[in-house]
This record gives sequence, C-alpha cells and structure tokens, in this order.
Amino acid sequence: MEGTIFDIKHFAVHDGPGIRQTIFFKGCPLNCWWCHNPESQNVNPEKYTKVNKLDGKEFKKEVAVGYKISVDELLKTISGDKIFFEESGGGVTFSGGEPLMQARFLIEILKQCKQNKIYTCIDTTGFASKNTIEKIADFVDCFLFDIKLIDEKLHQKYTGIPVKGILENLQWLDQNNKNVVLRFPIIPGITNTSKNISEVKSLLKSLKNINQIDLLPYHNISNGKYLRFNKENKMKNAEPLSDDEMQNLKLEFESIGFKVGIGG
Amino acid sequence: MNSRIKQLRNESLTAINTLSTERADLVTEFYKSDIANQVSIPVKRAMTFKHILENKKICINKNELIVGERGPAPKATPTYPEVSLHSLQDLDILNDRPKVWFKVDEKTKEIYEKEIIPFWKGNSQRDKIFTLLPDKWISAYEAGVFTEFQEQRAPGHTVAGKKVFRNGMLDLKVEIQAAIKKLNSSNDTKASDKIEELKAMEIAADSIIYFAHRHAISLINLAEIEKDKKRKTELLEMARICRKVPANAPETFHEMLQHYWFIHLGVITEVNPWDSFNPGRLDQHLYPFYKQEIENGSLTKESAIELLEAFWVKFNNHPSPPKMGVTALESNTYTDFALINLGGVKEDGSDAVNELTYIILDVIEEMRILQPSSMVQLSKKNPDKFIERAIKITKTGFGQPSIFNTDAIVKELLNQGKSIIDARNGGASGCVETGAFGTESYILTGYFNLNKILEITLNNGTDPKTGNQIGIETGDPRKFKNIEELFTAYKIQLNYFADIKLKGNNIIEKLFAEELPVPFLSLIIEDCISNGVDYNAGGARYNTSYVQGVGLGSVTDNITSIKYNVFDQKNITMDELLKALEANFEGYDQLRHDLIYETPKYGNDDDYADLLAVEVFNTFYDAVNNKPTYRGGKFRINMLPTTSHVYFGSVMKATPDGRKAFEPLSEGISPFQGADKKGPTAVLKSAAKINHIKTGGTLLNQKFSPSFFKDDQSITKLGHLVRSYFRMDGHHIQFNVVSAKTLREAQKHPEKYSDLIVRVAGYSDYFNDLGEDLQNEIIRRTEHEDI
Repeated sequence: MEGTIFDIKHFAVHDGPGIRQTIFFKGCPLNCWWCHNPESQNVNPEKYTKVNKLDGKEFKKEVAVGYKISVDELLKTISGDKIFFEESGGGVTFSGGEPLMQARFLIEILKQCKQNKIYTCIDTTGFASKNTIEKIADFVDCFLFDIKLIDEKLHQKYTGIPVKGILENLQWLDQNNKNVVLRFPIIPGITNTSKNISEVKSLLKSLKNINQIDLLPYHNISNGKYLRFNKENKMKNAEPLSDDEMQNLKLEFESIGFKVGIGG
Repeated sequence: MNSRIKQLRNESLTAINTLSTERADLVTEFYKSDIANQVSIPVKRAMTFKHILENKKICINKNELIVGERGPAPKATPTYPEVSLHSLQDLDILNDRPKVWFKVDEKTKEIYEKEIIPFWKGNSQRDKIFTLLPDKWISAYEAGVFTEFQEQRAPGHTVAGKKVFRNGMLDLKVEIQAAIKKLNSSNDTKASDKIEELKAMEIAADSIIYFAHRHAISLINLAEIEKDKKRKTELLEMARICRKVPANAPETFHEMLQHYWFIHLGVITEVNPWDSFNPGRLDQHLYPFYKQEIENGSLTKESAIELLEAFWVKFNNHPSPPKMGVTALESNTYTDFALINLGGVKEDGSDAVNELTYIILDVIEEMRILQPSSMVQLSKKNPDKFIERAIKITKTGFGQPSIFNTDAIVKELLNQGKSIIDARNGGASGCVETGAFGTESYILTGYFNLNKILEITLNNGTDPKTGNQIGIETGDPRKFKNIEELFTAYKIQLNYFADIKLKGNNIIEKLFAEELPVPFLSLIIEDCISNGVDYNAGGARYNTSYVQGVGLGSVTDNITSIKYNVFDQKNITMDELLKALEANFEGYDQLRHDLIYETPKYGNDDDYADLLAVEVFNTFYDAVNNKPTYRGGKFRINMLPTTSHVYFGSVMKATPDGRKAFEPLSEGISPFQGADKKGPTAVLKSAAKINHIKTGGTLLNQKFSPSFFKDDQSITKLGHLVRSYFRMDGHHIQFNVVSAKTLREAQKHPEKYSDLIVRVAGYSDYFNDLGEDLQNEIIRRTEHEDI
C-alpha cells in the first residue's frame, strides 16, 4: 500500500516528546488562512520551479512536491532513527496536511510502528469521520489535536470546513481516555479574539481527562512558499504576537489548571 | 568573578604577545660552555634546563595566587632554537602579520642576528630533519600530501596522570636511585646509557625544586615591603607553598594547583612540546583535597573557585610558541591545546562526576577565556544533569566545553592493548586525541591529505598543481571501467604515500630519541624512570605515533561523485570531468551545479556515499595501523584536522564534488560545509558508520543556531542526541552555536567582536584571529536552522 507524503523531517523537536521524525502527509481538507504549509493542501503531487543559486547565477529546475511511498519503505526510514527515539523517549509524528485523510495508509503504518515498538503521534486537525477516529485510536500513542475557532461561522470562514465534527471527535477521545495534547494556533485578529479565547477556555473546562495545551505562535515565514506555489497569502500583512502577549495567554490558560507550552 | 580575578583576567587578556630571547640566550650560553661538551647528551639537556631555571627572570604578577611564568612576563614567549631556528625574515613576519602576531623589537632581532642564528644555523633539529629525509618525502611534503609536526616543535602530546599529583620530586628521586641500583651492566648492554638518563632526570628534578625556591625567595621579599596586611599574609603563604611543592607531594587544594603549575612550566620550558601540557582529569585529581578541606573548614567554595580562576589565568598567559613556514598556515593560533577533562569514569568504572566537576564547569563559564580549553567526558554512567550543564555552557557560543564519549575512549585504549585501569584513567587531549594519561606518549606526526592523493590518482601519479610526478603511475583514469578500478589505483597511491610518511617518522623519532631527550618530562610519565629510558626514546609504558587523516567528507564526496556521475548514471565521461576540473569549472556552470546539488553526499545517512567513506577509512587504517615505530610502539590513525583542511585545500585544484580550486576541504569526519541536508541525526548516523574504536580519536563539528538551545527541554533533547551518537560509538562532538548573521557582522566590524570565540576544529579561537578564508568557511558550515 502507498501513501503520498511531501517531506520527512529528522530531528524534529517540537512535535511531541523526545527526538522525533515527522512525516508530512500531502493533502488537507482544510484551507486555513494562516496555513504555513500551503504545498500540503492538495493531495496530488504538484510541480514547481526550484531555483538554486551558485556564484550569483540561478539554476532552474521543475520539481515535484509530494511523492508516493510504500508502507515498507516508510517504515524503513522511520526505523533508521530508532536509536534517537530510544535515547530520548521520542518517536514518529505523522503530520501534514492531514494524515487522517489517508486513513487506510495511516493505519497500516501505525500498526507497523506499534509492532516495532515505535512511539507514534499524529498531528491532526481532528477533521475525520468518527469511525476513522475510533479505528485509529488504539494505534496512536499521542494525538496532537488542533483547536482553532469554536464559533461555527468563523471556523467555516477561516478554515473552509465546519467545526462540529471536530469537537465531537475531541470529546470522544477525551471520554475514552486517549492521550491528547491540544494545540492552539494563535493567529492575530482571528483566533486570539477575546470571544474565541473565552470559548476555547469553556471547551477546555468541559474536558474530563485532557489537561495539556500548546500555544503555537503565528510566524510570518511562509510568504515565499505562497509565491512559489502561486497561491494567495491572505495573511501577508499579519503581525505576529509579541513574546509578552504570548506569556499573558499562557498565564490565562494556566489559571484554569492546564499545563501550557508555547511553541509545542 | 571577584575583583582580583577580574583584574588578573583583564591583564591576561590585554597583555601584549612578544617574542622573548631570554630562553634562547640562556640555552646558547650553556651550549657554548665547556661543560656542555663534556657530558652525555641527556645530562647536557638536563643541565640546559637547570641553567634556564637558575637564571631566568622570576615574575610575580600583582595580586596573583598561583605563580610562575615561562617567559620574563605574561605572554612574553620564548623560542627554542635547538628545536627550530627562526630566521630574521620569520621574525619580521611574526611582528608584521595582522593575525596571531608576536611583537619583535630591534634588540631581539639584533640578538638573533649576532648570537642565536650564527650558533644554531644547521644545528637545530629542524635543519637536521630536512637534511636527513629522502627526496621522495620532501617532494610529497612540499606538494601538501602530508605535514610534519616534529619539524618545529618537539614531541609532547601527553598529559599528567595521577602519579604526579601524589608524589613530589623528592619521591621521584628515591625512585631514580632505586632504578640506578637495579641496573647491572652484565645483563643490560644499555645500562650505562640508562644511568646517564637517570642522572639527567635527577638533575631535572633538582632544577624544578630550585626554581620553586627562587619564587619563594621573591615572595618573601615582596611580603617584606607589602603594606596591605591581607596580601602580606597571602604572599607568605604562597612562599611556604613554593618551598613545599613540587619537592614534596601536595596536601592542599592550593598546593596542588601550584605543584601542577611548576610541573607545567617545567615541561614547556624544557622544550616546546606539542599540545603544551595538561593536568588531564582535573576534577578527579583535585576532588580529594577539596572534599577534605571543605569538611575540615580550611577551604570555602568561594576560595576554591578563586584559586581555580587564578589557575585558569596562568594558562591564558602562555600562548603557543611562535611558528614558522608551512606550520604557520596549517595551525595558526595562540592556543596551545591544553584540554582540561571533566567527568568520565573512575578506575573502578563507576560514575566519576562529583561536586567539583560542576564547580569547574561554573569556572569555565565565568572565565570565558581562550586557554585552557575544556571538555566533558560523557559515559553512560554519568547523570543527565552533567551533560545538560555542559550544553548550557556551549549555548553561550564560545565553543567550550566539547563533548567526548568516555565509553568509546576506554574501548579505543583497550583495543590498543592498554590495561583497563590505564584506559579508565585516560581521556582526550589536544583536539580529540585519545591517550592513557600519565602512562602514554602518543605523539601526532602529521596531517595526511586523503584528497590530494585522489587528485594525484586522477592524474596518474602527477601533481596537477606543479606538473611534478610525485606518486606512482597507476594508469590513465580515462581508461578505468568502473569505480573499483579507480579505488584500486587510489589504494596503491595511498599506501605509497603512507609508507613514505611512516619511514620519515621513524627517521625523525630516532633523531629526537638520540639528540633531544627530555629528562624532565620523563620524570612525569610512567615508566620512564623504572625503564631508565627517555620519553622521546620509548621510555613510557605505552608509545603510539599517530597519523591524522584529513578530509574524509570531501574525499567521500569526490569518489561518490565519480561513481555516480561517470560510472552509474553516465552523466559525463571521465575525460569531460577532468577537463572541467582543469578549467576550474570555467564554462562548466551547469555541471558544477549538478555536482553540488544533484549528486549524493556524505552526511545524509545515505549508504551510497557513506559506504565509500567506510572504504576510504579502512584503506587508510590498513595502511598505517599497527606498523612498528622507532620507539618500539605502534603507528595508529586518528581523524582530525585542526586547521589543516584549509591548507590542504589550498594545494589542490578543483575537485569532482564541485569544490573550486584552492578552497578548503571538509574537516574531521564532518560532512563538507553545506553537504548535509537532512539534519543532525543523519550526520551522526553517517559519521558513525566508520569504526571509531579503531582510531585514536575523531572530530565531528556540528553547528547549531542558538534557537536549538532556547529552553531546558531543547537542551535535554540535545543531550539525548549526543547520547545516541555515543551509543553508536561516536568519539567526540562539538557544537558551534552562533548565527551566521553574527559572524558576518563580526567580519565587517571586528572591533565590536573582539571577545567572540568560535569553535574551529577541535579547539576554539577568537574569530578575529582567524584568516578570512577560515572565517568564511565557518560562516558557510551548515546551520541547522530551526523553523
């Protein structure tokens, strides 16, 4: 069986515990305004012109983003870093795009990892059928679960999809005592409004087991990518929050008893 | 840092590097005396040592706690004309050059012209070496196939072991007498030579005691005129200590530091040994004194720190002796490679980290000076707190301490046949060199240019830079049918040059053994006394001579590029490739781009390239390892460049990896600058594919932007990264933590960055003191930017 991925990052240190290898799946049902991996959205490989510079001259080449990879091949790559996982309590993180979009492939590779005693995380938007979540849950050691906006209309506007199913999936994971770390991207003017913050806090208070949240500061780093892939960057002029503002948010979430990290 | 240390540190930092003729004058004066020509060579050397220590100026700096300078003042640096003689032109270069200069005044030049040069010309070891070595050696040396350490500094490369911290010179004299008594000329044909050597050692022991007593007298004189009561008491206490050590074994923390310092001065005054000298496992040697004195209340933590910091300043007052010729290019720095070892394991194999280990780490962080350099030995037995504390210091960006794998060091030493106790008492010194401290002479003999040999192979035995035939004819590479044929030719050339190098080493070793014994150093390293044989003649318990392989990353990329582009993918013919190299890629832009961007490289955990690295490594190992040396030891390899990868690049034309002519090569076992594109785990996995245990040290440089160190969690993860590498038997790793932006700023505005210390290769140096090409190279080294 094959899946489509667009990158593998070794020595990933911000996507779960320990030293990790992060596998970026290609394809995402969401279309977030602030997406910093716009090349991950389309499930099919895409071409673009890569420019290498050497002594001031430019060398152009058509290259594809995204490629097919078999379960065996991917497992081999993941296992290659096992020594780092063992020393650090790390493992593999499946990110994207949205890994749950390739659920059959994902389940296969998760099963293989489990058999090989490799600790797995999935970094997910939570947008999947309940059935998929239930099927996958036993093979995942930790869910890194995104919370963006609680208001249905706003969620639809800024991500292109409804939030209802996502919240239901989160509740199911919470009720079934799954290991979940929430991730909350702090997008200036969009997710950090006082209304949304207070709604997120209410949601957090309603959870029984989940007690950890990472606040992900927005960085203005993706403009080049949007240009390269010929996509519109709706966040071109957004100003990231200051360190102080992030610290204040951290305190706010800590005050409701959550363990809070910045930057994941 | 208290105000006294601030003052001492500042005075050390601002002292002017000068060239002093004090030692050269005294040595010449003694060599001209009648007595010098009536005694055996070892005794003559010991009496030279005595003459220097009896007559040199005693220097006691204001407010200092540890006394003794090699020259007449801090950073007044002596020369060693009996080893290598500076010409007047050399003196001008030293004075005028913009980096790593030594001020040479008119009087010094006059003394050199009238006294020193006329007496020593043709009689220095350096002059003799170049007369004795065969033409084949000279032509390979001049082409940059290898360098030679001993052409201007004496063999050293050793470290104090525990014996010298537990014995005074008087104890060693008792041992000498016992050794003399045991000698019997009826069953030992060398008995009379041994008696001469032992007599020389005895003279050397008396000389250092006398030298310490001269300090005691000066201290008492100073105390008499001192108005400040507190300082007066200090001066008298220091005088007491100088009367006690190094004659007797030290019994307090302060005594031990002063004891070691006299020994250090003895070693670097006798000759100019490589890697100055080094107290080695400082936290282990000092801890019993520290513990006892803290318990009985005679020492506080604050005063221990003050003494250690005063001790640190002494190292910084002693730049490495001024160099000449090609050595000035290959290794040009003020640092003299004293490397303090911390942590590791005890003799019984248990965790050796103690309270003092952490105190010394605090001292390193607070002092932030070039010398001494420092490292931590990390065993799987050591706690995470230890490695994390060390990484936090590295984070501040001055390149110290570097991190070594104790478990690998012990395995390496056992693999060479050392006892388990000697192995556990060992460590690394200089850059990354493995040694059994106190019991081994492990001299470095020269860097070996693995890439130049490939270049010569690709030119059928000719050096393309000069057109001279210096290798052997291994065939026109255009006719090679596959990579194996090329590799076979490379192997033949490599063995040919290794053979020339090893034969040359033995000629040089013999010259040092016979003509320049070091009776003082022989007192320090076991078992020179009981063997009655000099350190330079094989008297130590273990004798190893190393050849340093340089440019593993580059040579791998070069061979990989030929395999990939010429034989496997058939992108170009060998003829086209050779033409492009000859043209330095002028008119071959696209090809050069493809060689750099579209060709597999070492450092990415890609076996296509990495297995060739293993093959080159094994070829080099087989060519050198286990061959006998003149001193009765073995030749071994290690993989470190200091800065020779810049020099070795400067003698080479363009190469198949896309590197242009005369640019630097890769350093240590690190990937070529910018060739590693998959992050540090891939680099570590590539680097671990060679068998480190077969070496006497490898050097891996990993540059990180400061963002990798931003919080405790990141530091923990870096600790795990290091432990993973060490589980794969990696020998050493060092972090260079600085942003390229900062370095570029420093290049533009050196005046604003005069305190900026960066990791070079196995050591740290002031960024401003590096040549511009080396500065550029450090900027280019892959930054694993964390986005």
